[in-house]
Amino acid sequence: MLKNWIILLVSFGYIGLLFAIAYYGDRRADQKKSIISNHYIYSLSLAVYCTAWTFYGSVGLAANSGLNFLPIYLGPTLTMALWFLVMRKIIRICKQHHITSIADFITSRYGKNPLMGGVVTIIAVIGIIPYIALQLKAISTNFMVISQYPDIISSTELILSHGYKSNRVFQDTPFFIALLLAAFTIIFGTRHIDTTERHEGLVAAIAFESIVKLAAFLAVGIFVTYGIYDGFGDLFEKAKKIPDVTKLLRIDSYNDWFWSIFVSMMAIMFLPRQFQLTVVENVNEAHLKKAAWLFPLYMLIINIFVIPIALGGLLHFPGGNVDADTFVLTLPMAEHQEALALFVFIGGMSAATGMVIVETIALSTMMCNDLVIPVLLKTGFMKIAYRADLRNMLLLIRRCCIIALLLGGYLYYHTIGEYFPLVSIGMMSFTAVAQFAPSILGGIFWKRGTLQGAMSGLVAGFIIWVYTLTIPSLAQSGVISQSFIENGLFGISFLRPFHLFGMEGMNNISHALFWSMLINISLYAGVSIFSRQSETVSIQAELFVDVFKSPPEFRKSNLLKREASVPDLQTLLVRFLGADNAQRILAKYAGKRGINLEDPLPADTDMVAYVEKHLAGTIGSASARAIVSSVTTEEVMSLEQMMTILDETQQVLAYSRELEQKSLELQKASEDLKNANERLKELDRLKDDFISTITHELRTPLTSIRSFSEILHDSPKVDEKQRQKFLGIIIQESQRLTRLINQILDLHKLESKNLTLDFSKINIAAIIRESLEVLDQLIRKRNIKLIFDLQEKVNPVRGDHDYLMQVMLNLFANAIKYSKPEGGDLMIRLRERKMKIWIDVIDNGVGISGDDQHIIFEKFRQAKNMAGGRPQGSGLGLPITRRIIELHGGRIRVKSRPGAGSTFTFYLPVEKAKEIN
Amino acid sequence: MGKKVLIVDDEENIVISLEFLLTSSGYEAISARNGKEAYELLERHNPDLILLDIMLPDCTGFEICQHVRGNPKFEKIKIILLTARGMEKDIEKGIAIGADAYVVKPFSTKDLVKKINELLGGSNEIRQ
Repeated sequence: MLKNWIILLVSFGYIGLLFAIAYYGDRRADQKKSIISNHYIYSLSLAVYCTAWTFYGSVGLAANSGLNFLPIYLGPTLTMALWFLVMRKIIRICKQHHITSIADFITSRYGKNPLMGGVVTIIAVIGIIPYIALQLKAISTNFMVISQYPDIISSTELILSHGYKSNRVFQDTPFFIALLLAAFTIIFGTRHIDTTERHEGLVAAIAFESIVKLAAFLAVGIFVTYGIYDGFGDLFEKAKKIPDVTKLLRIDSYNDWFWSIFVSMMAIMFLPRQFQLTVVENVNEAHLKKAAWLFPLYMLIINIFVIPIALGGLLHFPGGNVDADTFVLTLPMAEHQEALALFVFIGGMSAATGMVIVETIALSTMMCNDLVIPVLLKTGFMKIAYRADLRNMLLLIRRCCIIALLLGGYLYYHTIGEYFPLVSIGMMSFTAVAQFAPSILGGIFWKRGTLQGAMSGLVAGFIIWVYTLTIPSLAQSGVISQSFIENGLFGISFLRPFHLFGMEGMNNISHALFWSMLINISLYAGVSIFSRQSETVSIQAELFVDVFKSPPEFRKSNLLKREASVPDLQTLLVRFLGADNAQRILAKYAGKRGINLEDPLPADTDMVAYVEKHLAGTIGSASARAIVSSVTTEEVMSLEQMMTILDETQQVLAYSRELEQKSLELQKASEDLKNANERLKELDRLKDDFISTITHELRTPLTSIRSFSEILHDSPKVDEKQRQKFLGIIIQESQRLTRLINQILDLHKLESKNLTLDFSKINIAAIIRESLEVLDQLIRKRNIKLIFDLQEKVNPVRGDHDYLMQVMLNLFANAIKYSKPEGGDLMIRLRERKMKIWIDVIDNGVGISGDDQHIIFEKFRQAKNMAGGRPQGSGLGLPITRRIIELHGGRIRVKSRPGAGSTFTFYLPVEKAKEIN
Repeated sequence: MGKKVLIVDDEENIVISLEFLLTSSGYEAISARNGKEAYELLERHNPDLILLDIMLPDCTGFEICQHVRGNPKFEKIKIILLTARGMEKDIEKGIAIGADAYVVKPFSTKDLVKKINELLGGSNEIRQ
């Protein structure tokens, strides 16, 4: 038995040490030399998870039901696998939005609706109060144990034999402990005027406490295992004598294990104190990485001696008259190791105070920001909207909240908690906290989640929690009738709180979890799918889900057009953050944006958002939104306006795509132009050649004409015979020139696109005869023998009489021109085959070489190698012939061998039968 | 004996007129209708001057000109290019490959004879 004053002295000494650490931590933070920016301190601070429940309750649970203490440590260990995926995202979101609590997080995600913040806060407070009560119970019980051992060794005994359940609350130890803790928390958590900054000193103190509680637990574990017994072997050997001991090492219900693991997975993420330390107090996202294995390691180490201590306690205190929750203390006390007992008591106090301080700070922030301030704003009570400096009031509200929370914890302990073991109280809180999971996890991974969905899920889950856990606990502690549990509400057996809808085979916690989570998730998803998301919510959803995608500068919330006067915003900042901070914050903004705050311009949307964000850090996002709204002209974008903006964006995108397309087209066009240019150059060359050739062809006859004219004019020596010859040449060359000019014009006409042929039904045989009549004189002169092979009754062709006449004349004249000087033949053949009239013009003249056969149809290209020099001709006759035939839809070709004559063959399509008639 | 002039042209009537002009001016005229004949006459007669058409059936006047200029044996032969292709670049090319003059068809008979006389050192005057 330890003297009270010793216990109190050591306790206060220890608390003094904690203050020193906190003070040092804050000092370092002020000097920008943070001591908590460290993997190990961060990981240790997370060990706030291990509370008095762990410190005392694990052994108690192990002594009663063996391995069942393990799931709540396995859950967090498993969560570490998802840690980086989930918590990193949450941390990033909170940093970007200056979110300082879990209520703020959910509220912010679902459109900063104040009601939402209130609901989350109420759930958190009601859910966590039993947990605070649990710590009060642990501290007070163990204080009694350590100060009055062996007179008092169980909590039940404590109450029954000493009458502590008296009405004289001021003599009640737990009450004083609650007040002490409240004072402690107020000093720790609300020392700073600045409510937004991190509690660096606090985190350092919590990390230190984690070391102390681990050391104390290991100390008692080692003492029991190696001091009282001779190590694990000896202890387990002896433990075999304990009746029913083997059942402790069995897992009774895997179903309950599953639910325990599940609920603790949620708790490690969403318990307000865990959220506070993991997210809000996080200095560096990278710390998550190391914490992901350091923290599970901590839990592993603290659990090593749970079973040995439990077995040692069972061996040492047979008969069960010592509360197993107190084994860690009673064992050293029984062995008269009072110093160790004191150390263990300090360790237990560390575990309890750490939890209470962080939890109440987190909850008081939520209560202040999401419950009290919105109500004050709404009701106008205390004229909160008109006060000049609200910081002191904020602190006051928070301090009141802290006191209220601890008194709530005390009340719960006083009325209900005394009757339940530590563990089951803790599990109730875990179950309440798990209700946040769908809204949060859904909120950061699913854009579709709506305010209505989140709200209905949360409320329904909470109601089930109240119905299946809280109300029955009231009944079990005698506050209301027990028959409620056995018979259900209104006697309906389907509504029995531990067996909803007849569900059997689960413990109370698993049962409550199953139903609350089922309803919560279903409503969240279902209602979300069937409800319309407001613009505000969808903006937030986008920002939360895509937090890693959009750069922090890009704020879609700017789609809400808001304006305010700069002095108004400044006043707001001064009221909530103080003049210095307000000045600093605004100057930072002005510096970053390069604006002058003295300008009488209104603050734009961006600046309003900036100020709101900073206010949100102090009073929560919903309150900040409400307060800022009081000085802004706000124009919430309608869906149409939003669509317009989206449309514009789409148009810009489309335009840019178009530009891209255009640029491709331009590239192609430029390519085409290049090609066209090449073709033009080629055509230009052809044109030059053509001009050059035509010039040549025109100049040649002109040369003869001029020469002979000059000779005749200048030379007196020319005799009559020569004169006649020269004049003959002049006439001949003049005719040649005329013919050439006509042919050039013909060809030009034939090649122009506007040429219209004067079509009629043409009898080819008639044309042949007409042509030969024209050439009759030439034929006689050359003594050409005509041979005809004409098919009778061929169909007429559709053609232009004059042009077809020209074709015949050209071909016949050529044949005559190139015929043998003696015994020249001209054979004309006419056939109709496959709706085509075929005409062959065959001579037995000089013939054309293979090379020349290809070129004779081109302009100005005459066959070169002909006996007797170059024959008369312009070189345009055959090109004109070919052109005319092609204009009639026919083709011409030549077959020839030099010296063996030539055969020109062409066809003309027959006019269609019906048109003939 | 007058100096010898080789006419190379495929236009019969032009050849007739040139022969008449040259003979009247006291020159001896020989004529070829294509490149092949021209080379033969060149070898056989070694003329003092060539009146050379550019567009020939089997080759160009430029080729013949280059052939003559490439052979020291023909070093003294004067060459007048005679063509209906009156393009600048043709004239330049003709002079560049060593022609002494370039006359565009249709030409003035007087000017042509005068040019021939100049190139052949006024043989016409001697005769007159």
